[in-house]
Amino acid sequence: MGRLNMNNEIHINHITKRYGDVEALRDLSLEIGSGELFGLIGPDGAGKTTLFRILTTLLLADSGSASVCGLDVVKDLKEIRRRVGYMPGRFSLYQDLTVEENLNFFATVFNTTIEENYDLVRDIYSQIEPFKHRRAGKLSGGMKQKLALSCALIHRPDVLFLDEPTTGVDPVSRSEFWDMLDRLKRQGITILVSTPYMDEASRCDRIALVRSGECLSIDTPVGIRASYDRRLYAVRSISMYKLLGDLREFPDTNSCFAFGDAHHLTLRKDGEDVMRRLRDYLKGKGYEDVSLEPIEPSIEDCFMAL
Amino acid sequence: MKQFISFVRKEFYHIFRDARTTMILLLMPVILIILFGYAITTEIKRVPIAIFDQSRDELTLKMTDRLKASEYFELYTIVDSYKDAQALFRQGKVHVIVVFPPQYASTPDAQVQVLADATDPNEATQLIAYCSAIIAEQLRGELAVESKAVTPVTTLLYNPQMKGAYNFVPGVMGLILILICAMMTSIGIVKEKEMGTMEVLLVSPLKPIYIILAKAIPYLLLSMVNIATILLLSYFLLDVPIKGSLLLLVSVSVLYAIVSLCLGLLISTVADTQQAAMLISGIALMLPIMLLSGMMFPIENMPDILQWFSHIVPAKWYIIAVKDVMIKGLPAVSILKEVGILSLMAVVLVFLSVKRFKIRL
Repeated sequence: MGRLNMNNEIHINHITKRYGDVEALRDLSLEIGSGELFGLIGPDGAGKTTLFRILTTLLLADSGSASVCGLDVVKDLKEIRRRVGYMPGRFSLYQDLTVEENLNFFATVFNTTIEENYDLVRDIYSQIEPFKHRRAGKLSGGMKQKLALSCALIHRPDVLFLDEPTTGVDPVSRSEFWDMLDRLKRQGITILVSTPYMDEASRCDRIALVRSGECLSIDTPVGIRASYDRRLYAVRSISMYKLLGDLREFPDTNSCFAFGDAHHLTLRKDGEDVMRRLRDYLKGKGYEDVSLEPIEPSIEDCFMAL
Repeated sequence: MKQFISFVRKEFYHIFRDARTTMILLLMPVILIILFGYAITTEIKRVPIAIFDQSRDELTLKMTDRLKASEYFELYTIVDSYKDAQALFRQGKVHVIVVFPPQYASTPDAQVQVLADATDPNEATQLIAYCSAIIAEQLRGELAVESKAVTPVTTLLYNPQMKGAYNFVPGVMGLILILICAMMTSIGIVKEKEMGTMEVLLVSPLKPIYIILAKAIPYLLLSMVNIATILLLSYFLLDVPIKGSLLLLVSVSVLYAIVSLCLGLLISTVADTQQAAMLISGIALMLPIMLLSGMMFPIENMPDILQWFSHIVPAKWYIIAVKDVMIKGLPAVSILKEVGILSLMAVVLVFLSVKRFKIRL
């Protein structure tokens, strides 16, 4: 099998895809190694789903080529469909079938049985097994995703494509979901996963930041954060809304974004001199309680800076 | 094969777990047969009639009795003036008024006047014909000896009682099969597209032809159940005989069901939403069947262009074949043409829909 010779690589060479006037993918190239957990990070409309569909042979690219497990996505469509697992972004199982019926159906479609590959899905499936007689449409968001993952895995694929598997799932289930992906990776399965949540990026081996159909940067999460070359400050105050505007008006401000409970600020120049001027500027604007502390950049900061 | 059986089983789950679909599938034939059999009918039965008898002699009284006794008419009232008669028409109480002139029996060339409400021209023509026939018959009885007029002897072949059921049962069969096979199949496939499950099915080793077949087979089986229901109902409830071979009748129905399934598949390759599929099958299939299959209106009376168009309506050929086998009791050779045309349609449609079925999104 493919797993033994470990050629579960994905190669993407200069792929372009247009929908009418809109360029969904612009000359995108990526190399993903065997057994890698690779993350596509980017906002909605970045072209992630289009890329998945091209790799799973569902769409034809306008130009460029791609291969999965050494198989061409256009010519070797049948063989690829036998060897990959795909979990689309939308919940795509039968809502009127029970959990068990769904899994059984997908097992037989791929010419296998639940028993045969139970060890692979055990961790995931055991969590939803108590509800196996419940209709899939009546499951919670997290359980639906676990079922969908079980169905995508039941035939022991060499490569797994997960399109936004954690969208709409609560934080606890999301974290559990990533734990599962870690275990699957150890089985040698190549996993390409997309997510709009930047905080999940750190769970990947490598990530690609994509926006408007282009790869902005490809590296390990650590590498990407290390490449962030400015000093970053978290600024907090009581009146956060007003603060954002005032910070952006400060002459030496490079960028300032609202991040949860703090504003992340970078300055054009670093140094005590600028910091003092900033403090004076804020005091002049009437802030008494401003806290200003240097922080480590997150993936999201890196994304915003690109 | 195991893949296929499991797929078909899944389709049955879909059908039977949706109460609405199940109801439509199993009850529709029953409702249609009962509707057409008892409610929607063009047969003349118990039409209210009024009689204005100005002579009241033996002959006119006998005629009145005869009209009263006929199952076509029901005497609403006897009126005494034209004015009353007009009022009854205006109020819509009666559809026909028979007027006997004074001294009817003793006047040699006396004529009976039949007034009919012609807002529905077809019905009026029929009513006048029935009415005249009853009166003429009575006259013949009275004047049997003297009458030298040529009296035609008519024999009604195949449907001596002129029952509407003989015509609409084949029509309803043609309608139901299209509805179940074409509409339900197209909706079934489009639903997978809409729900996103088609995406997952496509990225699987399942051959597209299996997907198509697995979608079609449950509806083919169900439509056979429907055919059985219709035949049982029409045989026992409406007294429509099955004169020809039952096997032949079922075979033609299967062929027609296959044509309908292919139509459904073709629609599913065009439509992207369930509503679109429903609209297309409703407008592009139902209307031509109702109007152009000969079920309701005779094709021979239509303008040429509609007659040509009716040739591509599969239901037309199916209804002809069913009438030939079921009502006339003709053998297989006599419906070769219809079977040939339906087979050709099936081949063309299979080719088109398999070719159009997208193996990608």
